[in-house]
Amino acid sequence: MVNFGGARMSRYAVGQELAPTTYVINRALLIGYANASSDQNPIHQDEAFAKSVGLENVIAHGMFTMALAGRYVSALQGSAAVREFSARFVKPVVVPADADVELIVSGKVLEVTERTAKIEISAYCKDVKVLGMAKAVIALS
Amino acid sequence: MLNPDIVGRTFPGAVAFAVTQESITEFCTAIGEPNFEVAPPTYTIKITLTESEALLKESGLDWSRVVHGDQKFEIHRPIVAGDALICSSTIESARVVAGNEIVSVRSDLHNGDELVASSWSTLVVRA
Repeated sequence: MVNFGGARMSRYAVGQELAPTTYVINRALLIGYANASSDQNPIHQDEAFAKSVGLENVIAHGMFTMALAGRYVSALQGSAAVREFSARFVKPVVVPADADVELIVSGKVLEVTERTAKIEISAYCKDVKVLGMAKAVIALS
Repeated sequence: MLNPDIVGRTFPGAVAFAVTQESITEFCTAIGEPNFEVAPPTYTIKITLTESEALLKESGLDWSRVVHGDQKFEIHRPIVAGDALICSSTIESARVVAGNEIVSVRSDLHNGDELVASSWSTLVVRA
């Protein structure tokens, strides 16, 4: 715990590991995300099309995976507290028909100031890291 | 190939995107976010990526081969229903690495004179 001259104790400390949360990705959710985000690229919905362009199968929108990691960040201090959020899409999330793919998101506190905390985010499907260099800055109230 | 003349240029958006509670609720529902009061941190991708797609297609880029390389958001204040966001897009760089075209776009979202959020997208056109 960090004390700033009598200010409220922060619930975040540098090096602290934040508990993982598991999110589900499936074909139905990808269609919902395509509609909500206006990203109707068929590689995220149509298996035949995805395979025709050299993909193993339908893949999740990178931004859907990032949005689920964003839910993890929002769960810390609320969506309104998120100041920065970044990620690199290092591996596609392959989504077979009639299957739920699990995305496991966890966090580690990198920096704490009086007003903000910087969190490193990890996102894995099975043992494959799907987001790289993922970080968020959240405001502390 | 992208027309190299557009690198470094800023394209102001012509039309404001009206943020409605319905669109925030729809986005939250799609990602399973239980709190609908403000837009989730990645909500603005639905505005900025649509703008980038139109701009880059017009400038010669093959959108059908585009994959998303990385994404960053800076959010100056939460986006809420009632915001009318104008997206201006700047093509910050375009280069070719191992046959893949890599384009970086910065998108600034203004509500009136107020800069509400900025985002950066790296888009990769697979060879």
